[in-house]
Amino acid sequence: MTGGIVSLAIVLLLLALAVWAVLVREAFLAIAGFVAYGLLLSLVWVRLYGIDVALTEAAIGGGLTGAMLIGAVSRLRGTEAASRSERSGAGLHVVALLLCFSVTATLVLCVLLLPEPAPTLALQVSENLAVTGVGNPITGVLLAFRALDTLLEAIVLVIALIGVWSLAPDRLWGGRPGLRYHADPDGILAYFARLLPPLGIIFAVYIFWAGADHPGGKFQSATILAAMWMLVLMAGLADTPSIGHRGVRFGIVIGPLVFVAIGVLGLFSAGALLAYPEEWAKPMIVVVEVALLPTLTLVLGLLLAGPPARRGSAA
Amino acid sequence: MSIETLFGLGAAALVGIGLYGLIVLAHPLRKIIAFNVMGSGVFVLFGALAKRGAGAGLHADPVPQALLITAIVVAFAASALAVALIVRLIESTDSASLAGDPLDEGTH
Repeated sequence: MTGGIVSLAIVLLLLALAVWAVLVREAFLAIAGFVAYGLLLSLVWVRLYGIDVALTEAAIGGGLTGAMLIGAVSRLRGTEAASRSERSGAGLHVVALLLCFSVTATLVLCVLLLPEPAPTLALQVSENLAVTGVGNPITGVLLAFRALDTLLEAIVLVIALIGVWSLAPDRLWGGRPGLRYHADPDGILAYFARLLPPLGIIFAVYIFWAGADHPGGKFQSATILAAMWMLVLMAGLADTPSIGHRGVRFGIVIGPLVFVAIGVLGLFSAGALLAYPEEWAKPMIVVVEVALLPTLTLVLGLLLAGPPARRGSAA
Repeated sequence: MSIETLFGLGAAALVGIGLYGLIVLAHPLRKIIAFNVMGSGVFVLFGALAKRGAGAGLHADPVPQALLITAIVVAFAASALAVALIVRLIESTDSASLAGDPLDEGTH
């Protein structure tokens, strides 16, 4: 009973924050609402028994997306007033409302008329999980049963980063992304940027390693590492690498390359693309995860930093 | 009402709210936020379906849950690309307007 009330409260608050994020006048307030919305969403995942999803949502949906939007709104300040004058007419509002009501009504019908019993792959996963050597079914799905999705996702991330970089003006190509931050070297930010990263790295490694058998894994771990990196950058203790840096570029592609290599190896050793030979599944999954960690950390951090904005010598 | 239905209905409303903002809001950054609200509605619906698939000793179907993790990461990458496009649009045209073709206005 209490559980039901908590769930209902979460849903109502979620809807209120969504309305706020869409309707509030100031973009900055909308973003503040959206960050709270992302954190509340991770509670939804906890209620739906998706602890791995909740960890990802809190780190990416609430954390990284919020940081990115706040960075963007500070650069877009001057354009807000102009676009307010562009407000669409009453006719469009009515049509939009009708459209949204019919979409929502259709989805509501679908939810109420879902088939019983629900289709599920839970049985197949738990029957075959032992073969992969990992204990966390989510990790088993991500790196064995649906490894192709994870491989394509890693490639999509790299392509998105190339897309962001390609927006740089020609003269800045090969430069450093974002602003060079300067903070008081004895200030509280610099202090935290020295204190937190060692702890964050330990925490990230733990989440990474525990992901084999418990909630966690490379995505959550990479987000924490990227956040620690951002903290060091914002405190001015280090500078973003230039995008021409060979080490950085190598780190970005190492994950997909190793993943593809192991996938192709599967063609010969196990008879199918991305298949693992028996007895070798666990070590190969670990190799793929270790290779994906630098890729995800660098891509998430550099997506947040944006396209190159300063000339920087390639080191 | 089961928790799956409750969150499923909430998700349906989130999709509607996000879609409304996506159409009506003029500023592209606001459109991105609205699009993310709409996307998260789809995610929650998917998560509710995963919960319905509980069985075999698992609290939820792990296959859609794993796909959700992938989806959240990809949504972030897509939003980052969209934000970078907007910042570039403003740098080259001094306006965040999506109306008309910015290259025709000669401010490039």
